[in-house]
Amino acid sequence: MAPPATAAPLRDTTAPGQVERAAVDVRDLVQVFGARTVLDLPAWRVGRGAHSLVIGPSGCGKSTLLHLLAGLIRPSRGRIAIDGQELAALGGAALDAFRGKRIGIVLQSMHLIGALNVRDNLRLARRLARQPPAPERIAALLAELGLARLARSRPHQLSQGERQRLAIARAVVNRPSLILADEPTSALDDANCAAVLDLLRRQAQATGATLMVATHDHRLAAHFAHRLELEAR
Amino acid sequence: MSLFGLSLAYIRARSLNAALNLLLLGLGIGTIVLLILFSARLEDRLTRDARGIDLVVGAKGSPLQLILSSIYQADFPTGNIPLAEAERWRQHPLVESAIPLALGDNLAGFRIVGTEHAYPEHYGATLAAGRLWQAPFEATIGARVAADTGLGPGDRFVGSHGLGGGGAEHGTHPYTVVGVLAPSASVLDRLVLTPIESVWEVHGMIAEEHDDEKHEQHAEEEHEAEEAAAGPVRPLEITSLLLRYRSPLGAVQLPRLVNQESALQAASPALESARLLVLIGIGLDMVRAFGLLLVASAGLGVLIALSNAMQERRYDLAVMRTLGASRRTLFAEPLLEGLILAAGGALFGLLLGHGVAELLGRLLPAGRDMGLTGLAWRTEELYLVALALGVGLLAALIPAIQAYRTDIAATLASRA
Repeated sequence: MAPPATAAPLRDTTAPGQVERAAVDVRDLVQVFGARTVLDLPAWRVGRGAHSLVIGPSGCGKSTLLHLLAGLIRPSRGRIAIDGQELAALGGAALDAFRGKRIGIVLQSMHLIGALNVRDNLRLARRLARQPPAPERIAALLAELGLARLARSRPHQLSQGERQRLAIARAVVNRPSLILADEPTSALDDANCAAVLDLLRRQAQATGATLMVATHDHRLAAHFAHRLELEAR
Repeated sequence: MSLFGLSLAYIRARSLNAALNLLLLGLGIGTIVLLILFSARLEDRLTRDARGIDLVVGAKGSPLQLILSSIYQADFPTGNIPLAEAERWRQHPLVESAIPLALGDNLAGFRIVGTEHAYPEHYGATLAAGRLWQAPFEATIGARVAADTGLGPGDRFVGSHGLGGGGAEHGTHPYTVVGVLAPSASVLDRLVLTPIESVWEVHGMIAEEHDDEKHEQHAEEEHEAEEAAAGPVRPLEITSLLLRYRSPLGAVQLPRLVNQESALQAASPALESARLLVLIGIGLDMVRAFGLLLVASAGLGVLIALSNAMQERRYDLAVMRTLGASRRTLFAEPLLEGLILAAGGALFGLLLGHGVAELLGRLLPAGRDMGLTGLAWRTEELYLVALALGVGLLAALIPAIQAYRTDIAATLASRA
């Protein structure tokens, strides 16, 4: 028989009272896979427009937390509210729609759609979020991220850095209120790491979005005042 | 970027595989379309040629052979019948009209048919040039005969013995073409029509009341060559009689009367044509089954291709969920892909079937005779398109369920 699950040790660097309006409000969040508790977060709040870092070693539950916040998985216990919206109150289709419009996700390995070109990857993101096409928004974003000349290129024709920028563009094309980035700098050198981080922050600032970066990369710690540190279980 | 556009992009991304699926489905649909067009023309042709003919009276033998030889001009006759006996039935009170046919010779494989004006009139034939025959050894030829032989009004030709071509020529009895029939997509197109007396004279037949001595003199003077070939002078005969009943009572009584009270045979075109269609239908059914097998194979191909594609695309599917796609959207995408492939295959198949039918109708003599064309459309083809779309949907169903069940977190984690 498996041992009983225990709470994950954590430290929230966000000071009480710092958050006036919560973009993310987590209470008594527990995630169990099989007999293993991978995440136990009694309480955590992130203010709107804040830039937060979730940091910890591999296997500490960072990705699980991001998946929970995005509504990609339902928590074993506890509640999550994004911009005041309780995720548990949303049914499957409503949760999908909420995710599409309100949450932008940058995945660790980018996961671009290889059958589509750069522009169509962004157009698909608009379509799946049930947003109007907005070609001007897409063109502006591509220009801003230096991808305009590659609009017709397929992902496999792009460099690593270009793919990274496209993944960020796709995450922000719908002007989400919450941007979740899972290990966005794990494979990058210092210069590119700083560039990607800068890009994420600029995009978040441009739209007033809350930015949450999950990483094991301690190079990023110095860039964030608000940190949630998860420890290995 | 609509879902349709996404599906097209995925199809383009594996274009070779998609092309093979389209080809297989198109071949299956095309085969069945060709069969539909062919069998429709065949049935139409059989019906048209036999329309208005209630009974065929000829020599004893196979009734189907009698029908084939007398109505469709497609088999050897069962033999000849005495004119006197034929006249007896022609005058029968149950008979409204009768058309005599006398066969025996051909022109370059086209049958020379001794008959009366009632024969082309029966099919509503019109003249493209010249006129109908008025005297022995005048001939009015069908449109296909004119096209193939290049003969026209004023030209002369000699017939060859037999019905299949290549027989001895009746060189001393040349015919003169006096008219060409307009194309009618009927048996007339490939016939040479002439007075029945022409056939009698060529084959040395005389009326029984003729004076033997006079005939011998005539034969010596004009038909020495033919007599040597045909043997002694024979009484007048014809090959068959095409009858039309005066009333429905004829259908009940006349065939039985002919078969029981004479040495002749009566055959019903309706019955024999139906038998013929059943016989042909067995062959057509086998080809149709082959076509359906191709369609089923194509469906299986689409199923395998889409299943593999869903495995390859499970990361794409998970990413689409992160972008807000619902499970229903992921379910719909492979279905749409299957439908696009099926619609493409159906379109290709329709074009292929109609294209081949048009080519056969233009290039093959038999196709031309049948009036086979790819420009005609049949209602059954709509069902075929529906079948193709159904196969596409069915083939995409399992991949669609795979997509629907994609575990986003597990998939993303597996590639993290």
